[in-house]
Amino acid sequence: MSAIIQIRNVFKSYWRNSLEIPVLQNISLDVEEGEFLALMGPSGSGKTTLLNLIAGIDRPTKGDLVVSGTDIGKLGESALAKWRSANVGFVFQFYNLIPVLTAYENVELPLLLTKLSKAERKKHVETALGIVGLGDRMHHSPKQLSGGQEQRVAIARAIVTDPSILVADEPTGDLDKHSAQEILTLMERLNKEFKKTIVMVTHDPHAAERALRLLHLEKGDLV
Amino acid sequence: MKILKLIFKNSLRHKLRTTLTILGIAIAVIAFGILRTVVTSWDVGVEAASPNRLITRQAVSFIFPLPYAYKDRIASIPGVTQVTYANWFSGVYKDKNQFFARMAADPETLLKVYDEILLTDEEKKNFIAERNSCIVGIETAKTYNLKIGDIMTLEGDIYPGRWDFVIRGIYRPKFKTIDPTAMYFHWAYVDERMQEESPARAGLVGWYIMKIDDPAKSASISAQIDNMFKNSAYETKTESERAFTENFLSSTSAIISAMDFMSFVIVGIIMLVLGNTMIMSARERAREYAILKTLGFSTWHLIGLIGGESMLIACLGGGVGLLLTFPLIVGFEQAIPKSVFPMFELETITVILSIVAVLLIGLAAAIFPTQRAIRTKIVEGIRFIG
Repeated sequence: MSAIIQIRNVFKSYWRNSLEIPVLQNISLDVEEGEFLALMGPSGSGKTTLLNLIAGIDRPTKGDLVVSGTDIGKLGESALAKWRSANVGFVFQFYNLIPVLTAYENVELPLLLTKLSKAERKKHVETALGIVGLGDRMHHSPKQLSGGQEQRVAIARAIVTDPSILVADEPTGDLDKHSAQEILTLMERLNKEFKKTIVMVTHDPHAAERALRLLHLEKGDLV
Repeated sequence: MKILKLIFKNSLRHKLRTTLTILGIAIAVIAFGILRTVVTSWDVGVEAASPNRLITRQAVSFIFPLPYAYKDRIASIPGVTQVTYANWFSGVYKDKNQFFARMAADPETLLKVYDEILLTDEEKKNFIAERNSCIVGIETAKTYNLKIGDIMTLEGDIYPGRWDFVIRGIYRPKFKTIDPTAMYFHWAYVDERMQEESPARAGLVGWYIMKIDDPAKSASISAQIDNMFKNSAYETKTESERAFTENFLSSTSAIISAMDFMSFVIVGIIMLVLGNTMIMSARERAREYAILKTLGFSTWHLIGLIGGESMLIACLGGGVGLLLTFPLIVGFEQAIPKSVFPMFELETITVILSIVAVLLIGLAAAIFPTQRAIRTKIVEGIRFIG
C-alpha cells in the first residue's frame, strides 16, 4: 500500500486583524490508498481545517501537501479547481444540495465540467444514485427527500466522477441514529467495495468506530 | 442539465421578487421610451424645417408686428423667390381648452411657400378666391366633424369680436412632421376689419416667410434683409426656419432637457433595483457558490451564473417593457392633440437606446454580486448561513 495523502510539517494560521491564530501546528501524516481514516477532536482542534487542506479547498500557511501524487500547495486556483473535480469527492454535514435542482441534476453537476456526452452523464448519474439506493428518487427535489436521503444524494454527487478520495465533514452530524447508520454503512461499502480512500471528520465515537484508523487532534496537533 | 437551466431555475427561486423586478424594469423601459419619444417629438418641428425658407420677425420680439409694406422690399432682394406673411390670430373655437393654431395668412403665397400643405386644385382655387374662406387640417376636421362649406365661428381675443369663416379646404400634410390641425384664413379679411374697428392695428403682419433659391445663400440674404430695415422703427431679425423654430421652442427647452435627464435617471434607478435583487440573491446563495467552487466550477462559471441570471431578468423586463411601449405610444399619439405633437412615434434610436440600457443594466447589476462570490473563499462560503 502507498500513501495517497502525504502531509509534511504543515502549519495553518488564520489572521484576525493583525492577530495570528494558529490552527494547525507542524502536522505530518500519511494516509494510505484505500484507507478509511476518522479524525476526532474537540471543537477548534483543527480537524475541519486539516480536512479542507487535504481536499484542496484551503491552503497551508507552511509545509507540503501531496495528494494523489500532486503537490496541491503549488497549484493555482484554476488548476486546483480542476484537480479537485477529478480527485476528490465531498460530503458535508448539511448535504449542501442545490435546492432548485432534482436529485439527478445535483448528482450530474460535477459531470458538467467533463467532456462526457449527455448519454454518458446519464449512465454515470444513474449508477451513482443506484449505489446509494436512490434510483427511484432521481427526479425528486431535495425538499421532497428526508435528511438521510439528501445525504445519500450528496454522496452520489461525491462519487459520480469516480474520485479516489472522499472527504466527509461530520456526514452524520445532522441525521437521526438510523439514517446515520445507513450513511456510515454506505461509506464503509464505498471504502471496501469501491476502494475509495475516505477521510472523515466526526464528533461521534460510533461513527469513528466504522473507520479503519482513528486520529485525534487537539489544539492543532495530532495526539 | 445545463448551466442555462440552472440560471433559469435560479431566477425563479423567489418568484414574487423576480416578477416585481421584471415589472419594475418593464415600467422603467416604458417610462424611458415615452420620455424619449416626448423629447424627440418635441424637436420634430426643428427637423421638419425647410432649409430654403427664411423667417423675418421683429428684432425686439416675435410678439411685435412688422409693417405690411416690407413685403415688396423683401421680395426685391436677389435670391428671394417668394414671400408670404402671417399673423397669429389665436381666438377660441367652441372649447377654449382645445388648442389648434389659427393664423391669418395670404392664401396664394402661403400655398406656394408651404407646398407641404396638400389641397385639391378646387380647394385651392376656392380658398384663394373667397375672402372669408378658410382651410383646416384634417385632424381638426375629424375632431369637430367639419366638412367643406361649414362655417367656423371664432371668438376673437387678440382680434376681438365674432369671426365667421367658411371652410373651403381640408388640408392633408405632405409629411407626418407637419401640423395637421392648423387653420388658415385671409390676412386681408382680418386687416379689412381692423381698418374699420382698430386702424392702428391695420397694415401689420406677424412675420414674413421667404422661399429662397439656394439654402447656401440664407446667411447673406438674412443679412441683406436685416440691413435693409436697420435703424428703422421696425428693425428685423431674419433667420432660417430651423433657427426660428429652435428659438420658438427654447422657452420650453428647460422642461425638455429635464425630461431628457429624467429618462436617464430612470435607467440609473432601475439599475440599482436590479443590482439590489442580484445582491440579495447572491448573498443567499453564498454557500451554494462555495459548493460549486468546491466541485470544480471556475470563476467563469460563477460569472456566467450570476451574470446570466441578471441578464435574463433584465432582458425579460426590457422585452416586456418594449412590447408594451409600442401600443402605449400609439395610445398616447391618439390621446395627445396633433397640434402639440404632429408626430408621436417610437423612433428606432429610442428602441436601440432602450435595448442598450437594458443590457447595461443587466451587466452592471451583476458586477458587485459576482465580484463578491468570486472573492469569497470556499471555506468562508461553506460556513455561510444565508
